[in-house]
Formats: sequence, structure tokens, C-alpha cells
Amino acid sequence: MGGDPVRAEGLVRAFAGTPVLAGVDLVVRAGEAVVLLGPNGAGKTTLLRMLALLLRPGVGRLALFGVDAGAAPPALRRRIGYVGHESLCYPDLTAGENLSFYARLFGVPGAAARIAELIAWAGLEAHARRPVRAYSRGMVQRLALARALLHGPDLLLLDEPFTGLDAEAVAALQQQLGALRAAGHAMVLTTHDLERAAPVATRLAILHRGRIAWARDGAAEPTAVAAAYRAVVSGRA
Amino acid sequence: MRGALAILAKDLRIEWRTRESLASVFVLGVLLLIVLAVAHDPTPEAAPALVPAVMWVSFVFTGIVGIQRGFLLERENDCLAGLLSAPLDPADIYAGKLAANVVLLAVTQAVVVPLAGIFLHADLWPVLPGLLVVLLLGNVGFAALATLFGALAARTRARETLMPVLLLPLLVPLLIGAVQATQAVLAGGLGAAREAVAVLVAFDVIFAVAGWLLFAYVVRD
Repeated sequence: MGGDPVRAEGLVRAFAGTPVLAGVDLVVRAGEAVVLLGPNGAGKTTLLRMLALLLRPGVGRLALFGVDAGAAPPALRRRIGYVGHESLCYPDLTAGENLSFYARLFGVPGAAARIAELIAWAGLEAHARRPVRAYSRGMVQRLALARALLHGPDLLLLDEPFTGLDAEAVAALQQQLGALRAAGHAMVLTTHDLERAAPVATRLAILHRGRIAWARDGAAEPTAVAAAYRAVVSGRA
Repeated sequence: MRGALAILAKDLRIEWRTRESLASVFVLGVLLLIVLAVAHDPTPEAAPALVPAVMWVSFVFTGIVGIQRGFLLERENDCLAGLLSAPLDPADIYAGKLAANVVLLAVTQAVVVPLAGIFLHADLWPVLPGLLVVLLLGNVGFAALATLFGALAARTRARETLMPVLLLPLLVPLLIGAVQATQAVLAGGLGAAREAVAVLVAFDVIFAVAGWLLFAYVVRD
């Protein structure tokens, strides 16, 4: 399966008659990290869930790695790692049991070593025997990130990945994302926290009222992005 | 199949750890047995005739409670999205949840059936092999339909009321077949229950295949 990790044209989606996406065009190539900014309700989570094949577009075309999303075989999901607003982890299982379960679903070879590596990366060794229900918000978020990285996906979709993380975990995540990007993995992040996301971004985009209203390749001055953001949201751009 | 087995093992592990479904299902099942036995207050001679109805009423209500709980697991922390984001055919998710529900119902039956025998003065031991066949067929048919509707109801706000409303009318043929088969087995062994068993087999096949085919439409957006 070749082709760009993401090629979306005119994605439209409404919920109960309320339009959430109103024609999103987005191409993400291998080695790119697109950071999506936008106010609440702009459609960021809906777009990410669509890219994760959890929602179907109402109108528009979406292809992942050159495969039409509407006819995507289950194997295509092995190339995608998704972190949502919730952890997607079972609260009555431990971190190791959750990762072990997902490793079986994704057919991860050498799962035990990979799980140990990720638990160490997430700093959860000391808590590995406790159920997730007993974890703090930050620990759950680190486990959610470990879960998404478990099978070595080519496309990472991260919805507010820095939420709940302390400075050390933010640095570890930035380093991990930088290494993955350098290795050719593609990623799309949504965030309200430009300062933390900017170091890993190759492109910044602002989603507003269901459309990409502004985009800029390469590094951008935070003040310039903030000015663009204000202009877009206030309707001046 | 790998995914279905992983889901089965995960559900059983969670149930073993929390015992939330089993505890509520046991209490409800035993309570129903006692209430129905006391309400009818049958003579020892007449009591065994009540066994099929009492047993299956207990299974239906306890089964609904147990299967609803199975899908609440997937709602918490949006775990269903975790399953749907994995490289699995949704039919594998159905198979895994169905197998877990069959095991849960079988454990419930293992408690309720001997108690029904004791409360209703019925000697079930001589007809146990035939009874096990009927219980298993009824269990699979119930779980096949309830797993499908449990997934559907779990996505709605009114899930506690929606599932019984959708499920119970469709269960009528299964319940008629199960009660008749149990009556026939108690009276004359499995050979006497051929027609009712055929109804159960047909129900199981139809709804297991329907669940297998339709599950993707129920859980996917």
C-alpha cells in the first residue's frame, strides 16, 4: 500500500444536521507533522477520528496510503496509531495487560519486549501492577501514547497529546515524535498548546468552522501564528 | 479469530477481577428463583412442571443484566474505539463478545439450574446430558441476539431501557423453543425434544449469522 499517508479532499460531516466539517482538504506526506490548531468546536476531533477510520465522511474523498478509506481493509489500521480524548484503555486492567491485549489485536511481534520498552518510556514501571483506574490523568495519557506507539504505526493521529503531561513527559514525547518524524513517519496533532506542539511541527494549520482557514509550512514565529489565529477566529482572514 | 480470542480472554479477565456482572447476575437469578417458587407454592408433585418456565425467566433477566454490563466495559474510556481502530474485522469483535457472553451465561446457568432443581423438587441428574444440550443451545441463541442489541443499545443514551425493548420480542421464538425443549427433556430425555431442539438450532444459526454480518453496521459510524 503506497501513496501519501493522508490525502483528503472536500471532507464534509454533520451531526444531527449541524455541520462540523465543511470541506477539509489536507495532504500529509511521509515525514510530515501537521499541527492543527483551532477553537473548540472547529472540527479537529471529528477530522482526526475520520483519519483514524472511526468516522466516515458524509461527503468527500479520503485516501490513506493510497487506499480509499471507504474500502479500507482491516490491515490498513495496522499503519495507524490514534490517541483520542480518552485513553482507549480498560480501567480494570493494568498498563501491561492493556498493552498486551492491544499487542495481540495488532499482531505485534516480540510483544513482551516492546511492551517493557514502552512501559519504561512512559515511566510506568513502578505502577505496572496497578489497574489503570488508579492512575493519575498524566499517567493515563502516557499509557494512551504508549498504546498508540505499540505497533510502530506509519501515521500517528494525536488529539491533544500534551494534555495532563508534566514537563518531563512533554520533553520525552517531543523527542519521540521528532525521532519518528525523522524516520519518515507522518503525524497529525491537534492542540491548543502551540508552544509544546511547534517544536515537532513541519506544518501549522488553523481549522475554523470546519475548514482549514490558514496553513503555513516550516517553522513559524509563535507571535505570527497567534496573530493569524486571532485574525481567522475573528473573521478577518 | 486471533482478535476474537483476545477479546474473550480480556472480558473474562476483567470479569474475574471485578466480578461485577457475576455478582449482580447471581443475586438476581437466585432472587427470581425464590420469588417464582414461593409465588406458585407448588406441591412437591406439581413443582417439577414449573422448572422450565422458572429457569428460562431467570436466565433472560439475568442475561440481560450481564450482557449490558459487557458493553459498558467498551464504553468506558472509549475502549470500543480502541477495538475499532485495530486491524480486525468487526465480525471478530462480535465473535469475541459473543463467546464471553456465552461463558458468562453458562456460569450463571451452572448456579441457577441446580438451585431450580432443589427449590422445585426436580431430580435433574438423570436428564442432565439432554438438559445441558438444551441449555447450551438456548444460551448461544440468547447471547447471539443480545450481543448484537447490547452493542446497539450501548451507543444510545437510553440503553438500559432500549435493550430489553428491542430484545425481548425477538427472543419469543427462542424462549418458546427452550421451554418446550426443557419440558420434553425432563419428561422423556433429549429424544423427546427433537422438534423444539430443531427450533433452537435454527434460531442459533439465524441470529449468529445475522449478528456476524450486521455487527459492523451496528458499531461503526
